Amino acid sequence: MSKAGIILKGIIKDNPTFVLVLGMCPTLGTTTSAINGMGMGLATMFVLVLSNIFISLLARYIPDKVRIPCYIVIIAAFVTILQLLMQAYVPSLYEVLGLYIPLIVVNCIVLGRAEAFANKNTAMDSACDGIGIGLGFTLALTVIGLVREMLGSGSAFGVKFISGDGMLAFVLAPGAFFVLAYLMVIFRQLTKNVK
Amino acid sequence: MEYLIIIVSAIFVNNIVLSQFLGICPFLGVSTKVNTAAGMAAAVTFVMALSTLVTYLIQYYILLPLGIGFMQTLTFILVIAALVQMIEIILKKISPAMYKALGIFLPLITTNCCVLGVAIMVVSKEFSFGGASHMLNLGESVVYSVAMALGFGVALILFAGIREQLELSDIPKAFKGIPIALITAGILALAFMGFSGLVK
Repeated sequence: MSKAGIILKGIIKDNPTFVLVLGMCPTLGTTTSAINGMGMGLATMFVLVLSNIFISLLARYIPDKVRIPCYIVIIAAFVTILQLLMQAYVPSLYEVLGLYIPLIVVNCIVLGRAEAFANKNTAMDSACDGIGIGLGFTLALTVIGLVREMLGSGSAFGVKFISGDGMLAFVLAPGAFFVLAYLMVIFRQLTKNVK
Repeated sequence: MEYLIIIVSAIFVNNIVLSQFLGICPFLGVSTKVNTAAGMAAAVTFVMALSTLVTYLIQYYILLPLGIGFMQTLTFILVIAALVQMIEIILKKISPAMYKALGIFLPLITTNCCVLGVAIMVVSKEFSFGGASHMLNLGESVVYSVAMALGFGVALILFAGIREQLELSDIPKAFKGIPIALITAGILALAFMGFSGLVK
């Protein structure tokens, strides 16, 4: 499969949020606004691409029996690097996303791609897979964040377009579930015929 | 009294699944039958209490004195993974009946984000349960983690009960599976919002 094909597959056919339904915790927890959703998506993509590359390079040397703990250590190392980078350069975003950044370690998308793709493909292909899945995740989180922000606080990407408050429930927990459910249905309908 | 406030606040007000969004994967995955949900909840409670105890001690007696707080994520996940593995081996040996009941859930718990989430939460955030805000001590941390796990159990079992009913109802085709489960969870979260304000 071509590199572009792998990337496109990650965005549409294997979309981690709407199709594979993986990594639900950050999807629901961090999408209170479009910016937060996008930040979380990009942070996950950073870890996903790097861990995919390293795992595909090291897969030959890792004994099969202890591969899962090994993958977790590799992923945790990149998450720690990400934490330090974010604390240094985007402290405000790091503050908002809080607990969900260290929790990338246990995000099933990252471990799932290591197990399903990176350990049996080349480093180049694994990097493309990481970019595709990462973009799919980022796009999904941004859209969910945008819808919740528009309904919940009447703004888009931090720019207010109606005066007064929105429907608070959409910024709080219940809105996350409702918005994700309806977006999932819409995504399924739209991509029904995409092979 | 303070412990009571911790328990009520952790189970109902700050429910781990419905208001903090941790442990959604098992919440959606193993909540189709009440029995499996109860088994999962019991296993999570057990692991969460133990791992919080161990990670708390590691944080305050190893990581902080050595000044390597940045190793927190890596250390905690390894400790949890090792602990789960150990519990599995011990249970198999001393209580085969319990191993049979909880066994299949144990490997899944390593990647359950509520275990790592709570372990990090209790050592990194200040809490105020009715009084002045402060870092939790060891006893409070363990009580908090058990209460959080019970909250997970309450949400999981309630949700499983509703899903058993949903199986029999007529749902539009596009909503079958995950979407209707999410909408159900949303309504449940809406109901749990009624508890907010109960504990400051």
